[in-house]
Amino acid sequence: MSEQGTYVQKLRPHEFRIWKNKKPLLGQIDIELTERCNNNCLHCCINQPEHDVDALSREMSTDFVKGLLTEAANLGCLTVRFTGGEPLLRPDLAELYLFSRRLGMQVILFTNARLITEELALLLAKYPPGRVVEVSVYGMSPDTYDRVACSNGAFVEFRRGVDLLLQHKIPFIVKGPKLNFLKEEQAAFEAWAATIPSMEKMPGYSMNFDLRSRRDDQLKNERIAKLRATPEETVAMLSRSPLYLKDMGQFCCKFMGPPGEKLFSCGAGHGTCVDAYGNAQLCLPLRNKESVVNLHEVTLKRALEESFPAMREIKATNPDYLRRCARCFLKGLCEQCPAKSWMEYGTLDTPVEYLCDVAHAQARFLGLLNEEESAWEVEDWKERVARFVEENWPEGKRTA
Amino acid sequence: MDITLDQTCVTSEDVVARIIEDELIIVPLVSGIGDMDDELYTMNETGRAIWSRLTGEKTLRGIANDLAEEFSAPQEVIEKDLLGLITELVRRKMVVVQ
Repeated sequence: MSEQGTYVQKLRPHEFRIWKNKKPLLGQIDIELTERCNNNCLHCCINQPEHDVDALSREMSTDFVKGLLTEAANLGCLTVRFTGGEPLLRPDLAELYLFSRRLGMQVILFTNARLITEELALLLAKYPPGRVVEVSVYGMSPDTYDRVACSNGAFVEFRRGVDLLLQHKIPFIVKGPKLNFLKEEQAAFEAWAATIPSMEKMPGYSMNFDLRSRRDDQLKNERIAKLRATPEETVAMLSRSPLYLKDMGQFCCKFMGPPGEKLFSCGAGHGTCVDAYGNAQLCLPLRNKESVVNLHEVTLKRALEESFPAMREIKATNPDYLRRCARCFLKGLCEQCPAKSWMEYGTLDTPVEYLCDVAHAQARFLGLLNEEESAWEVEDWKERVARFVEENWPEGKRTA
Repeated sequence: MDITLDQTCVTSEDVVARIIEDELIIVPLVSGIGDMDDELYTMNETGRAIWSRLTGEKTLRGIANDLAEEFSAPQEVIEKDLLGLITELVRRKMVVVQ
């Protein structure tokens, strides 16, 4: 039985042999512990008021979440992401966190950090999550932060929370929305982010904001639509990175081409996001009732093995989608998907005009499209993509 | 620390051992097990065979005897493997010598 070399091998999760030749049934589970939030951000697609009685009464119980975590671990799940709303609003967060860790799962925690306490920081320091905490930042001053979060005193609490993370050496990264009235603070935000020990690259930004993912507030939707980056602003923001063209070359090499009539060509349903009320969703934003599975009635395993694969076979019937999206080679640049379509129009297969404009602007910037051209009308797209890859990522030529 | 065959060992409560797709995966629970917080560990066949026996009930020599019988392998080879693994696991704080 003697074997050469070291007995114990140290690996990152994706390097394990078990994931090499197949996709795990459930590599990671996302759990939205609540839709309630102590912020009421202008651009948010999901938040409910912190003390919303209806939302609170319908949320999963502690025992139910523990049951889910146990089933997920039994399916081989190595990572849980706790998100929301603001997950720290749940009084059982620490209990669920420790329960997950003791199941041998790493934890990704999404938070605005306002409710980080000394006790929680100590817990995270003693039992590290195994993954960086992700903190959303809505401004670098009380004036701007509280204005975005629509909550007085939020900035002070956020800074106190972040200071606790720093003090206890808990690895975290920061990210934020790109909003016009935060423009003046962008340099300060990035300079501050660079001082955070665990920040290995520039902070991530959200800018093409989703509309309300439960289609519950038309007024908020109108506001969110106005806050979105224009296609031109999106291109300007993305192309700031000196690696943008190379990254896009690499990306285009893998992901460009018409998706056809099947709606789900993404990773939706290979894993799951469980909403605050115990419904398994194919992905985090897809919440229409026909495509979720009630985990109070069906096991996670059955949802993953039976319900989701069937849903992934759904085909588009909207003639406009079939004429445009199904034939469009910009799949890799476009965020069009059933979830976005549902949030915008209440159907799974309606082309989202905003996303179409953003993708076309990017494609024109990259030289993949000429002015006035529509991507679904381009016949020589393979040659264009191959040329682009060769110019910007020559090492990918062989696989293009 | 020198480990001897007369000692008994148990797996540490600071790690969680999981079997996924027949693979033994060790997940650190506390800080200080690895160099990075997101590291996980797996073991070769020898490691897996030994890990499950680290309950503190038998000395390492007793475990080596059992393994030699089960795997029909020379006792000295088993003992060498066992001490090699245990030394590594103790250094990584995954196993505690009683």
